[in-house]
Amino acid sequence: MSRRMFSRSLYQLQSLSRNNGPFLHNSSVNSKHAVLAAFQPLLHNRPYATTPHPAASASSLNQTELAKFAAIADSWWDAEGPFKPLHVMNPTRLAFLRSTLCRHFGKDPFSTRPFEGLKFIDVGCGGGILSEPLARMGASVTGIDAVEKNIKIAQLHADLDPVASSIEYRCTTAENLVEEQMKFDAVIALEVIEHVADPAEFCKSLSALTVSNGATVISTINRSMRAYATAIVAAEYILHWLPKGTHQWSSFLTPEELVLILQRASISVEEMAGFAYDPLTGQWSLTDDIGVNFIAFGIKNSE
Amino acid sequence: MLTIVFYLSENDSNRQQSRRHEQVKYLALRIHLRIIVVLIATRKFASNIFARRLATGTFCTNAPSELNDVPSGSHFYKDDAGFMKDVPQHDIAIVGGGMVGMALACSLASMPLTKHLSIAIIDSNPALSNGPIIKKNEPPDPRVSTVTPATISLFKDIGAWEFVEQHRHAYFDKMQVWDYTGFGYTRYNAREADKDVLGCVVENKVLHKSLLSCLQQNKDFSSTIYPTRLSSISLPTRSSVSSAGASVSSKSSKNLSNLAKLDLSDGTNLYAKLVVGADGSKSRVRELAGIKTTGWNYSQSAVICTIEHDTENFCAWQRFLPAGPIALLPIGDNFSNIVWTMSPKDASNHKIMNEADFVKAVNHALDFGYGPRPESRVFGGDVISSFFKPDVTSSVHEQFEPPPKVVKLASDRMAFPLSLMHANQYACKHVVLVGDAAHTVHPLAGQGVNMGYGDVSSLSNVIADGVAVGSDIGEVTLLKKYEADRKTANIAMMAVLDGFQKAYSVDFGPINILRAAAFNGANVLAPLKRNIISYASGERDRLAVAWREACDGATAEQAAGGSIRCAVEEGGVRRCTTTAERLGG
Repeated sequence: MSRRMFSRSLYQLQSLSRNNGPFLHNSSVNSKHAVLAAFQPLLHNRPYATTPHPAASASSLNQTELAKFAAIADSWWDAEGPFKPLHVMNPTRLAFLRSTLCRHFGKDPFSTRPFEGLKFIDVGCGGGILSEPLARMGASVTGIDAVEKNIKIAQLHADLDPVASSIEYRCTTAENLVEEQMKFDAVIALEVIEHVADPAEFCKSLSALTVSNGATVISTINRSMRAYATAIVAAEYILHWLPKGTHQWSSFLTPEELVLILQRASISVEEMAGFAYDPLTGQWSLTDDIGVNFIAFGIKNSE
Repeated sequence: MLTIVFYLSENDSNRQQSRRHEQVKYLALRIHLRIIVVLIATRKFASNIFARRLATGTFCTNAPSELNDVPSGSHFYKDDAGFMKDVPQHDIAIVGGGMVGMALACSLASMPLTKHLSIAIIDSNPALSNGPIIKKNEPPDPRVSTVTPATISLFKDIGAWEFVEQHRHAYFDKMQVWDYTGFGYTRYNAREADKDVLGCVVENKVLHKSLLSCLQQNKDFSSTIYPTRLSSISLPTRSSVSSAGASVSSKSSKNLSNLAKLDLSDGTNLYAKLVVGADGSKSRVRELAGIKTTGWNYSQSAVICTIEHDTENFCAWQRFLPAGPIALLPIGDNFSNIVWTMSPKDASNHKIMNEADFVKAVNHALDFGYGPRPESRVFGGDVISSFFKPDVTSSVHEQFEPPPKVVKLASDRMAFPLSLMHANQYACKHVVLVGDAAHTVHPLAGQGVNMGYGDVSSLSNVIADGVAVGSDIGEVTLLKKYEADRKTANIAMMAVLDGFQKAYSVDFGPINILRAAAFNGANVLAPLKRNIISYASGERDRLAVAWREACDGATAEQAAGGSIRCAVEEGGVRRCTTTAERLGG
């Protein structure tokens, strides 16, 4: 108990320096990585991100990352294939989205289509694993991805279900949509930000796509020792859940960094939760432990 | 292990030797069942960790012969666009409108998240359209079920129990179990587990009619009854979506290639996202989906009938005889139901013998026949009992009571062969099995249909959770959650019941003493008896109950990733919230 109180006070100290005051209600911060985060410079330079195209195009794409996903695009909807961990984790992410977004938009959580009338965008939708359930929950979903193959797969699969065939899939980037001045009630980018070249710019684009007082939800993996052990060593090298090289530890973000860059993009993070995997039941569940996988829900400041 | 079994079963020289061989054979089969349980547990654990290493042969999509396969590959099967509008489409098709199938329909109708689903019930039983006619003054039907408190609470949740209470039903709170050797007996009383009743005995047609009335009363739930039989199912094969194939369908035509198509025997077709097999132990759905089963026939049949006493009976009685148990269950109004397990030859003899002889045989089997009455154990006095005094049960002080005498036979006698069966999987893409289609057991503990109702409760919760997060309800990852939940519970119960069946079919001195010791132990030791009662009552997850009480009344749920979230608030106060509270804001 005292260790928690120490880390909590350390965390409050950090957030005081950002003139924000404590706003994360439900997180229990690991004291060790709080110390690390306090002294680590923000990630503007990321040595691995060798973008062939110059950054002047204001694109947050990283071509090597795109190539990784294009290679296994065919197996998106194979629940036993390389994307199995994502399929297994999907209901848990959706449970978080449902609870936070229903609360934010004031919708009835027991209705079957609570998001009726809302416009959502799924940034980095891949094969549409997240977009289809959101469409079934009533939202008008736009799914975007930079890999053309993913969009094709997503479109084909969505046409199998009349409800899902209302999803609009486009092969484009968040920046392009900002230029088109599109706005959405909720902008959702799950497991994407660890693959982009410039997370700060990416967050600014996401913020520009959100209406004021709209929601932004980002999920990623924490840059902690535990995450290195589980998400990279265990998942990629030992258990072969993901192809080797899917994730780079240096591109992970700690929760404090994510909150800070979102803050600078005028999004204030309201809730944060973590995902934990139970090997005995083979299921993911929502927890307060943001040590490895975590998801953050933020609200765009009203302009 | 199995090779030894088969070798022994062939050798049948003399009677003594063959009996011993039979005992060893049963022992081997029982061990085999335990090995299956252990294998399933480790396989599940391994498959959770090593996601792709395990062969994908666990799925039942190995194209069984009767299945009409939709041609797969990189193109999509496009149905005749003109006919599609006439073919009805439903979300869930329940094949089999018996007690378990109707309970599933009612359960889905009663939950806010699943009320909007459109259900089709396929059953050729005319009782479904007209309703079974129950006359108040008729003696009870011999087909009855003992409903456990867990099932009673399911019925209360779906709103069908009030209909059951309008017809004949009999709660009982006492039970006495003993055997022919006369060495020991056990008396169970619901008070010891802090309950009001141990169970309730209801006729099957009353249960069925109550569920039907409950469903018909629910006006805003769309359920269609198809009074016909299922002839075949076409399941879409699971082909991975390939971007190389050109998309054939245009946006305007509905593409039905991801739905299961059911062909009914009167020529109609219908499409459904999920097909539920609730059509009994000889399930056609299970056969069409190619799901294999494990099991064996007990060399026993059960004779059932209704009999009458002079007095009212409020207790359930079960006496284990050398050939099998005889059970006497109260059904109300001086009537009781008999379930007598014996060899198939004896069963057919008892079915055709005249009434007076049958009544005499029943009285003989219940009391004084095959062996003496057990002595009433009066607890206290000797050294050992004073040692155990703190934790004894209150019913220990109850004397052995002989069961009430049977006066008259009140219905026809029926005989059924008994077997154990368990489906290897409960779910594959678009198909799921519940109730007897997934498992059948020996009736000795009255658990069979209660396991089916447990399946119903679990499946409807899994479907509701799936709808809550927008999943496709025919998706196998969702259905596997139901399977994981129910398979362990069902297999554990089946192992226990099978163990009882084997233990009581052996007439061997030391085993008899052991059984007597077990009777007396269960009679005397309060924690054991409480656990037996609560297990048989269908109470699940005693650990979860304890956790619940510890967490300030917050309920423990594992619904689609939801869980208890306990956070340390300011001041070190630990506050737990559940998914429901968080969803509700």
